[in-house]
Amino acid sequence: MAATHTLRAKHRRSALRTLAFLSPWLIGFAVFFAYPMISTVYFSFMHYDGFRPPTWSGTKNWTYVFEHYPFFWPALRNTLWLVVIMVTLRVLFGLGIGMLITKIKTGTGVFRTLFYLPYLAPPVAATMAFAFLLNPGTGPVNSILENVGIPAPGWFNDPNWSKPALTLMFLWGVGDLMVIFMAALLDVPKEQYEAAELDGASAWQRFRFVTLPNISPIIMFAVVTGVIAAMQCYTQPLVAGKVASGVIQGAGTMFEPGYPEHSTLTLPQLVYNLGFQRFDYGSACVVALVLFALSMAFTALLMRRRGGLIQAGD
Amino acid sequence: MTHVLDRPAELRTPSSPAERTARRRALLEWIAVHSLGVAAALFFTLPFVFVLLTSLMSDSQALSRDLVPHTWEWANYRKVFDTPGFLTWWRNTLIYAGLGTVLTVVSSIPVAYALAKFRFRGRNLTLMLVISMMMLPPQVVVIPMYLFWAKQLDLSGTLWPMIIPLAFGDAFSIFLLRQFLLTIPNEYLDAAKVDGCGDLRTLLKVVLPMAKPGIAAVALFQFFAAWNDYFGPQIYASENPNAWTLSYALESFKGAHHTDWNLTMAATVLVMAPVILVFFFAQKAFVEGVTLTGVKG
Repeated sequence: MAATHTLRAKHRRSALRTLAFLSPWLIGFAVFFAYPMISTVYFSFMHYDGFRPPTWSGTKNWTYVFEHYPFFWPALRNTLWLVVIMVTLRVLFGLGIGMLITKIKTGTGVFRTLFYLPYLAPPVAATMAFAFLLNPGTGPVNSILENVGIPAPGWFNDPNWSKPALTLMFLWGVGDLMVIFMAALLDVPKEQYEAAELDGASAWQRFRFVTLPNISPIIMFAVVTGVIAAMQCYTQPLVAGKVASGVIQGAGTMFEPGYPEHSTLTLPQLVYNLGFQRFDYGSACVVALVLFALSMAFTALLMRRRGGLIQAGD
Repeated sequence: MTHVLDRPAELRTPSSPAERTARRRALLEWIAVHSLGVAAALFFTLPFVFVLLTSLMSDSQALSRDLVPHTWEWANYRKVFDTPGFLTWWRNTLIYAGLGTVLTVVSSIPVAYALAKFRFRGRNLTLMLVISMMMLPPQVVVIPMYLFWAKQLDLSGTLWPMIIPLAFGDAFSIFLLRQFLLTIPNEYLDAAKVDGCGDLRTLLKVVLPMAKPGIAAVALFQFFAAWNDYFGPQIYASENPNAWTLSYALESFKGAHHTDWNLTMAATVLVMAPVILVFFFAQKAFVEGVTLTGVKG
């Protein structure tokens, strides 16, 4: 009798202990996610401009966003463009730089530092820098290109070149992937390479049948986290568009979303445009929910119980 | 791969013909790899170099196509410092990043510790929720959050809506710390328990000293997340220039000084410089943090 009592008391104490340690995050989760998430769903069915009290509007916001709001589909297309093309190039380039750094034998530390530094550049600063570097009129990149006789593109001022310009900037900041790939490549067992060599495998075959299978979980990790990052891409395209269009910073400044011709508009920017420029909080919440559904789908891919890339473990 | 010789010094004295071809191949490979390395290094460094050079040009030269300044205008940096508001933005950034980092670390440690070392029902679920929050774009909940901070608490135009939430644990920091705490063997915790330490004492006296590198990584990442944040200040501080942070205010240089690329680039250098400087003092913590996120838990 007494034994079960103490056991139960012990259980209760350990549950309280766990709760106490988790409490900062549990409170944060409730206040800064659960409550606003429910509100987002609620507002997506309301007409609300922030001044007059919200009124029920049924599915009007939803049909507005999907059928009449001119920017939704372009933004979704741009986001998909970034997800497919930018992520692919970033993973390939990151892997390439990761392999290069494992082969460099002289001055490895210097090279690694130089390759890694751009990853640390603050996004706004990096975007300002690239808006200047790729400026069609006075930018050094176009000066050099024209001196070599290559026709220089309009970069952030040309709707066909603005996303490649963004991609170029993201390739510049590939240092995080380099570090992850470098760690994975150094972990591949040396014996497997030696065995492959004895069997007469060519360099390509060694890469294809030894390196690739060994690092494929890391490649998947890079792809999925890259996709999530691409979906959230906000600051860089926004700042690039604003700087290229010559808009002036300040409170309540209106700017053409996604300059030029909404080519740099991404989904997260729509929430800002709808909510804080058009004061249509209801429609902004619809876009927020679309964004939520997409990012959770990719996160689920990252955490599938078996074969997931981040495992909870036991 | 096995032919690669580690040092070019070893390439000097060829003996047998077979060895000679092997060495020649190694030399060629060494040259190929290092030329590629230099090409890559140029790609990664030239943007910094051009930004730095432009920041030292005169107004008119910055608008020309010259790559190197004729006269070195160090006064550009003084002009940036003299811009009204610049020191206030600097101070705001330090408050947001500094206070935010302390709050994040203090509130995330116990959560990460429980997720790494306690066994309880719903642990996997909690961890999965933490990871989901890590992946959540801030725009998803920004409308109700803005209404909450601005309309209910009347705190828009201040840094508080960005700082206060950090006192309630940050998902990325919790995840990173948990990954790190997993690497601390349980034997240390058991030993502390045998010695009569409670949970809190074990955490403070045994785990924290061992977790210093992990905490350093989290602190750095959080500091720079705040330093780099553009969305938070845009939503909560845009109406009040006295509450702007450097990252948010940076664009205004382009506006305030029209197309003075030289001053804009000088300001850009000043926003980048602290990050780069800190990196040189804390390289290990950065790289450790990046690797931990890519490792299975």
